[in-house]
Amino acid sequence: MLIEVTDLNVRYGAKTVLKNLHLFLNRGEIVTIVGPNGSGKTTLFKAIIGTAPISSGKIKLKDNLKMGYVPQQLNIDHSLPMTVGRFLLLAQQKNQKAFEKALEIVGAKDLLNRQIYNLSGGEMQRVLLAKAIINEPDVLLLDEATRGLDQSGSAAFYRKIENIRNDLDCSVLMISHDLHVVMGASDRVICLNGHICCEGAPKSVATSPEYKALFGSDVDGTFALYRHSHDHNHHTENEKL
Amino acid sequence: MLDDFIIRATLAAIGVALASAPLGCFVVWRRMAYFGEATAHAALLGIALSLLFEFSVFSGAIVISLLMASLVTLTQGRSLFLDTLLGVAGHMSIATGLVIVSFISGVRIDLMAYLVGDILAVSRMDLLLIWLGAITVIILMIWRWSPLLLVTLNEDMASASGFSPKKENMVLTIALATVVAVGIKIVGILLIVAMLIIPAASARWIVSTPEGMGIGAGIVGISSAILGIKSAFIFDTPTGPSIVCVASIFFLLLLIVSLVSKRTKNF
Repeated sequence: MLIEVTDLNVRYGAKTVLKNLHLFLNRGEIVTIVGPNGSGKTTLFKAIIGTAPISSGKIKLKDNLKMGYVPQQLNIDHSLPMTVGRFLLLAQQKNQKAFEKALEIVGAKDLLNRQIYNLSGGEMQRVLLAKAIINEPDVLLLDEATRGLDQSGSAAFYRKIENIRNDLDCSVLMISHDLHVVMGASDRVICLNGHICCEGAPKSVATSPEYKALFGSDVDGTFALYRHSHDHNHHTENEKL
Repeated sequence: MLDDFIIRATLAAIGVALASAPLGCFVVWRRMAYFGEATAHAALLGIALSLLFEFSVFSGAIVISLLMASLVTLTQGRSLFLDTLLGVAGHMSIATGLVIVSFISGVRIDLMAYLVGDILAVSRMDLLLIWLGAITVIILMIWRWSPLLLVTLNEDMASASGFSPKKENMVLTIALATVVAVGIKIVGILLIVAMLIIPAASARWIVSTPEGMGIGAGIVGISSAILGIKSAFIFDTPTGPSIVCVASIFFLLLLIVSLVSKRTKNF
């Protein structure tokens, strides 16, 4: 087991953001966390990473666990000049092979000499993903990494994540709003709303009453929608995101 | 050589310029100019207290600056109106400091010396303190350079890579308080933030890497120090403000250079 969260509680002031949370992540798993805004998804990530104040409970990480985190965005100011190449090697032990492999996987070779504040949303996302996998992490954490991508773009992105998981033999823990596409791309789905509402295989979660209660009736058939688009998109396997 | 007060002044100013260069880059990148102001204002309270209780002005300034900077660092991210809190704390310090100074009887205190610096009165001891402080800051900044950059870009990302944003931010806090304390004698409380941001901003016009900006800021800062002191003699002007004026001229010149060479497409 790579990550084991036991009875986690996180409070900000008087507000309880996460309550009695239990969660585990095995090697090689892709686990997706879904939940409405303010349900504590990002806070859970921050707790695992170590930037959220834990009120009680325990987060056990495997010894020397290497984490690769893909944030939603960077606090990049125009006053900070930095090329993509420099950013990828920032605070990183240089490992040419891993560096080139990461570029290859995400398709960012042509971006190396660009300034990061000039990147488009899609380019930035590729660079952030490359930065996260360059260290060959045990766990890849993705915080709404497909924001701004359309449905087929998201589907392609999740296939890329699956490939990375197979290539690097890592686990993936991701937050997503893409109910449509994310479900089938995951081994397990956790539905979060301050506490865990339901969890399990995508199919069983998608049909559970708790899940429907949380996301409303409009989620009916979303799983089928994913299956449909997934069935017909295999030819884009090698496409750049 | 150190007997000559101009040499001492110049060496002291170079020390401050060197320490300000790498730190100044972070002040610019992280938009901490206002944070720097508040820390500098706190130094005046420190000076007033050390005059009142008769201990060294340098230690008074550094302790209160450090206190202020730590307070701000600890509240960062917890308060939504940090900006206002900084203004309150900074101005409260400066006002309290001025009131305290007015109570100290018997001594005539030249406040201007603390507000805009008194570089020509730099003693051998001052010079030693300034260089000790400067070297500490430079070593800290070089040592923590990459982690600090990562924390600046995204604290969660840095934390996931095994760096503690809190510790890295504390490094900046200590460096800032130290530069404020050593800079008082050179450019004074009013202009120390200028020594931090103007050389770094000047360098920004013509560089494309963070390291280039740090080195460029050092070159602009040292040149401003030397030329500023020279021109203060020639035109009989106050030294600290003269140094900052020269730095501002560098800023404008490099802006023009960048416009002319079309480097601005990268900006």
